[in-house]
Amino acid sequence: MTLVLSEKMDAFLSELDVPSNDIQSNVIERVKGMDFPTTRDEYWKYTRVGKISNTKFTNTSTTSADIDVQSHLISDNYIIIENGKIRSDISQINNDFEVNYTSATAVNHLVNLNDNDVFTALNAGLFDQAITIKIAANQTIEKPLQLVFLSTGERVMANNRILIDSGKSSAAALVVSTISQGANSCFNNTITEVNVAENAHLTIHKIQNESASNLSISTEQVKQAKNSTFKINTFTLTGLLIRNNINIAVAGENCETYMNGAIVSSGKQHVDNHTYVDHQVPNCYSNENYKYVMDDHSNGVFNGRVIVQKDAQVINAYQNNGNILLSDNASINSKPELEIYADDVKCSHGSTTGQLDESALFYLQTRGISLANAKKLLVSAFIGEVIRSTENEAVTQLIERLLQTEYGWDFS
Amino acid sequence: MASYTEEELAADLKNQEYKFGFTTDIESEKFPVGLNEDVIRLISAKKDEPEWLLEYRLNAFKIWQEMKEPEWAHVHYTKPEFQEISYFAAPKKQYESWDDVDPEMKATMDKLGISMDEQKKLTGVAVDFVMDSVSVATSFKEKLGELGIIFSSFSEAVQNHPDLVRKHLGTVVPTTDNFYAALNSAVFSDGSFCYIPKGVRCPMELSTYFRINESGTGQFERTLVVADEGSYVSYLEGCTAPQRDENQLHAAVVELIALDDAEIKYSTVQNWFPGDKDGVGGIFNFVTKRGICHTNSKISWTQVETGSAVTWKYPSCILKGDNSIGEFYSVAVTNNYQQADTGTKMIHLGKNTKSTVISKGISAGQSQNSYRGLIQINKNAHNARNFTQCDSLLMSDRCGAHTFPYIECLNNSAKLEHEATTSKIGEDQIFYCQQRGLSEESAIGLIVNGYVKEVLNKLPMEFAVEAQKLLAISLENSVG
Repeated sequence: MTLVLSEKMDAFLSELDVPSNDIQSNVIERVKGMDFPTTRDEYWKYTRVGKISNTKFTNTSTTSADIDVQSHLISDNYIIIENGKIRSDISQINNDFEVNYTSATAVNHLVNLNDNDVFTALNAGLFDQAITIKIAANQTIEKPLQLVFLSTGERVMANNRILIDSGKSSAAALVVSTISQGANSCFNNTITEVNVAENAHLTIHKIQNESASNLSISTEQVKQAKNSTFKINTFTLTGLLIRNNINIAVAGENCETYMNGAIVSSGKQHVDNHTYVDHQVPNCYSNENYKYVMDDHSNGVFNGRVIVQKDAQVINAYQNNGNILLSDNASINSKPELEIYADDVKCSHGSTTGQLDESALFYLQTRGISLANAKKLLVSAFIGEVIRSTENEAVTQLIERLLQTEYGWDFS
Repeated sequence: MASYTEEELAADLKNQEYKFGFTTDIESEKFPVGLNEDVIRLISAKKDEPEWLLEYRLNAFKIWQEMKEPEWAHVHYTKPEFQEISYFAAPKKQYESWDDVDPEMKATMDKLGISMDEQKKLTGVAVDFVMDSVSVATSFKEKLGELGIIFSSFSEAVQNHPDLVRKHLGTVVPTTDNFYAALNSAVFSDGSFCYIPKGVRCPMELSTYFRINESGTGQFERTLVVADEGSYVSYLEGCTAPQRDENQLHAAVVELIALDDAEIKYSTVQNWFPGDKDGVGGIFNFVTKRGICHTNSKISWTQVETGSAVTWKYPSCILKGDNSIGEFYSVAVTNNYQQADTGTKMIHLGKNTKSTVISKGISAGQSQNSYRGLIQINKNAHNARNFTQCDSLLMSDRCGAHTFPYIECLNNSAKLEHEATTSKIGEDQIFYCQQRGLSEESAIGLIVNGYVKEVLNKLPMEFAVEAQKLLAISLENSVG
């Protein structure tokens, strides 16, 4: 039995180049004894990873000469990463953020290389250079730093590693765009480790707009110190298989945590969002709002988990998940979980699944709006709430424009 | 319910120890501990069962041996040692009629508040009293017989209506369903069987009282309720158990079958011994309850769970027929070191199926109380509708309340709502009541009663009163 499994992992690794250093080759040795998750694992109950585990990816692609990412850029401070390799030649960074590119040997004291999750371990063993981003203490940065992860070529696995360290009383935002250019069946495996220091405010906007055959697994490991605010907005538009894990440890008092998500899917897309908020200390607030609009044969998964640990009193935690199924063949699996071990808490969650209100559609039609347009209007209103919660005009506009291009939806 | 006053509640609150913790001293016949094919053959022979039932048991035993105990529930306990349990215990004396029943056993029933004599005359409830695996007395049988209703112990049903039993046994909860269902299928000792013929509305509430009496004896009850086309039945199940220091396993299987246009209302008050203040002892309650609804039929589960050290129970509905309805109303109270992982599954298969889930959890002391539910809308379940509300009330800073809802929707015409809240009783609410002259304890009693009222209202009258008392007893001294 075990022999068969390791054969599978061996096959998966066969065409992947491991960076030549002891640290990472040790990690890969460990990975060889691991297995890919199956739907029998509670954490992967609704998501099959066969499309990933049965593909032989490579990671030795050459870089492309003609890259056009202009339409996705919303900041003049950006880093372009092509297939996991940093393209400093076409990136443009100013001194707002302290950005460094470091190999595994230099950052092994910072990153967690011992994780037992197979994808995290694969990333640890295979990443080329980690991007470390520092936000100086007491600094408020107006313009966001944009990371553009670009897939090109065929069956390329990109292992991206990002470390974000926001200093005390700093305020900044990052935009993480995942896009493709002529890519086919590429796999993005991204790990982001985030430290939010005392009094710091940090926002991350994730925009996932990959090719229709791309696969993506991304994980954010966040730790919040006291009085900090962390906000993460996820916008998923395209990509065949998308799995987002957001794990937030709220380790300091008086923190605020926000997670928003807007997912618009069609074709045979599978979009899976797992969020996990661990309230370890008292007096905190967390709020989560994920909205899915599923069309065609697409499949959505939402798993929101909030844990309030013993003695973490006076916690207010809210979760909301709204789903609209536009087609007969779309499906959604929702699992909002609460685990509460303290008593002075106000926690609630809500999950709704349904379709567009027929009377509203009828009303709009009586006003001379076509059925197709009426649908777009209602969907825009449903999901627009999340899109406008970015509090960043440029990001909102970009997403609205992308939605317009992809789905012809008008949000103006 | 109206006759139960605040004073009585206060008086009840003074009762600290487990109220129904007493042991009836009746001679009983007990098998040696352990489980193997011979034991199963012996159980079957003892009950003079037909060949097919023995086959059924042996097959289940084979399946069970290959299964693993489930570990996904949010509970922690020392697993029962299955070879150290005695799988059959029956009171030695068998009674011909109610008058022959041992006076001591009658007294036991009096303490439980279900004196048969009284019930016969006053309430019109027929009781199938189960004391340790074998039904002792069955009343009102003749009256029910006139309507063609069959209500008897499971073993009797096997003898008298083998075709009916064979046709329906295991159709809702197959032997392979889960570890404990397989175990039950192999060793079930007795239980109740109920059949309501076509178009008959059962005139009285059918009730079974379960009771674990033999120390170290697992109870493996099997209940099968079949409501034929257009019939109606309301079934009550309640349980109390004497105080013991060792964990006792209870793995029952309940199967409900509602044929076209039928309605089954199944109510439970569960008050097995929950262990003492330090979490010593108590019953392990691992129950599989499931009903299947055919066209236009309805199954309604109502449960009040206050007992057991560990509860693992998900009364479910398979909404197979078009326009069928499933309901689940639950109050689960945990105190001290109790652990409960309970909820429901609503499987929507037919068109226009509806389900309602109302779950109210109350946790106190150091207990852990989880709601785990599944709402599954299948591909062809057009226009399915579900409403789920699960609220948790926290009474101490050392307890836990958890919600694990699974919502799976494969049809775009479904409308699903799920809502959950977790909070403690507001200090302002208590303050307001105190201001009106209520003590803190009665204020909390009042608020808790209001909180669970939605569910208690669904219980038949006589159960509602008992349930309210149980809630008060379960929560005593939990005010933090």
